[in-house]
Amino acid sequence: MENSSLSSVKNVILVLSGKGGVGKSTLSVQLSLGLVHAGKKVGILDTDICGPSIPRMLNLENASVFQCDQGWVPVFATEDEKLCVMSIAFMLNGKDDPVIWRGPKKTAMIKQFITDVHWGDLDYLIIDTPPGTSDEHLSVVQNSKGKVKGAILVTTPQAVAVSDVRRELTFCRKTSIPIIGVVENMCGFVCPHCSECSLVFSQGGGEALAKQEGLDFLARIPLDPDLAKCCEDGKKMINVFPDSKTLNSINQLVDKMLDNPN
Amino acid sequence: MSGDREIPEDAPAHCPGTESEDAGKASACAGCPNQNICAAAQPKLPDPDLSKIQESLANVKHKVLVLSGKGGVGKSTVTSHLAYALSEDVDCHVGVLDIDICGPSIPQIMGLQDEQVHSSGSGWSPIYVDDNLCVMSPGFLLASPKDAVIWRGPKKNGLIKQFLRDVDWGSLDYLVVDTPPGTSDEHLSIVKFLSEAGTSGAVIVTTPQEIALLDVRKEINFCKKVNIPIIGIIENMSMFVCPKCKKTSIIFPPVENGVSGVAQSMEIPFLGSIPLDPLIGKCCDNGNSYLQLHPDAAGTVAYKNISQKIKDYCISLNESKD
Repeated sequence: MENSSLSSVKNVILVLSGKGGVGKSTLSVQLSLGLVHAGKKVGILDTDICGPSIPRMLNLENASVFQCDQGWVPVFATEDEKLCVMSIAFMLNGKDDPVIWRGPKKTAMIKQFITDVHWGDLDYLIIDTPPGTSDEHLSVVQNSKGKVKGAILVTTPQAVAVSDVRRELTFCRKTSIPIIGVVENMCGFVCPHCSECSLVFSQGGGEALAKQEGLDFLARIPLDPDLAKCCEDGKKMINVFPDSKTLNSINQLVDKMLDNPN
Repeated sequence: MSGDREIPEDAPAHCPGTESEDAGKASACAGCPNQNICAAAQPKLPDPDLSKIQESLANVKHKVLVLSGKGGVGKSTVTSHLAYALSEDVDCHVGVLDIDICGPSIPQIMGLQDEQVHSSGSGWSPIYVDDNLCVMSPGFLLASPKDAVIWRGPKKNGLIKQFLRDVDWGSLDYLVVDTPPGTSDEHLSIVKFLSEAGTSGAVIVTTPQEIALLDVRKEINFCKKVNIPIIGIIENMSMFVCPKCKKTSIIFPPVENGVSGVAQSMEIPFLGSIPLDPLIGKCCDNGNSYLQLHPDAAGTVAYKNISQKIKDYCISLNESKD
């Protein structure tokens, strides 16, 4: 069977956005950590071949992939083996090495990631994608056909980002991927000096998009330097800043994923 | 350049690539069903379109690529504002080419969402923002801003070729090329298509945090592998000045020496820092020029300094040629 390695994965969720740098990888990691915290077994597949960021965010930069009888063994990010990760970064010799590949090679790599990795029993597989609507996206969709529960669209509030996300929405509709909802990231910055909330990238773009297109608006996550710092250092926000407001917004999203089993 | 080899998806291991001189003759080819086709093919001649591109860009003096490994660091914003800054001199003709096929942002940033491309006898006409500033983007070819371009690599490459060969760029002092994130089809294609016409150099844009720098180092190594000179690196969104208390905060925390440290360690020039000013984002959303609306802002000064450095680089490049 084509996607036999996904056969014991209960839910496959895509994290998509037409635009780059809106926080797809950050959100994939935070969502996964939240699901693990709720007792689930989660896998993350990083399909951004030319710019993988997930390993850094989970402090797995020096890990590498092993082979077992059933295929490649993903890298475990927690001691209790509740969170496993697969990314091309695990296969590069140096972290500065560029992967200068055209479409067909990326397509083949993604196919291997989906069919040849021994994911085992997972409650959730979160697939992080690069920006755009091209080779990587089509390959993910083709190779995980019928298994995808839905896609989360991530955007920042400004109009330029929302217009790219609109294109991603058209992509989902054309490839018949159900859309779970929209997350608005980086929506306000609270000045640490005077507590004034500035709208660095304006506000409400994601919510307006959700309303206009009849989609669920899942969460609004502020622009929080603490969160960026956690991603930089590969730390888990829940350990470092357990009282953060940002964590509340993320948990809201996690709860929605948990409530919505099928 | 291993990335540029055309290897079919279902090729045997160690396939030398269908365009290689060894195609059909290497030991890996034994038993491949396409061995005869590969072996019989003519040795690959250089793409005849390359010289056509050179002809069509004969009057374009400097071609500058704007690159970044990471998305959302402000490539399109920087591209458009460098173009505005360069075109402030009325005698300096500037073109902007957007090759982000799947996510073109330039039309919105420059206030050209409803524009369509016209064909004339001499090719597609770019859209003029000002007498000396013209723009071409895949966004102009879409019927509605919602339309998605769901294309794999080869179709994207075809469109990029058309943008270089079939657009009537006229005579330009600068052609600034905005690229999508990554080191893949679009990047290899633009470098290849401009190989005969000649690229002046690349400007690399990044934000200060390590996650972005990780991708930037990859992009710098890409430039080195494909022999594109690097004009320098720009730090975008470097700090945030609170509009209320005027104190600065750092939103994307840098590590060690941040961008200037990377520039130093990889031996490339550091062109400058652009602050994270909410007004820049607002101008881009509304399609206005930040430089025109806020002539005294710190961001404007930064953009002008950087564009001057790029000008100096291009002029010195010309002098050394002569």
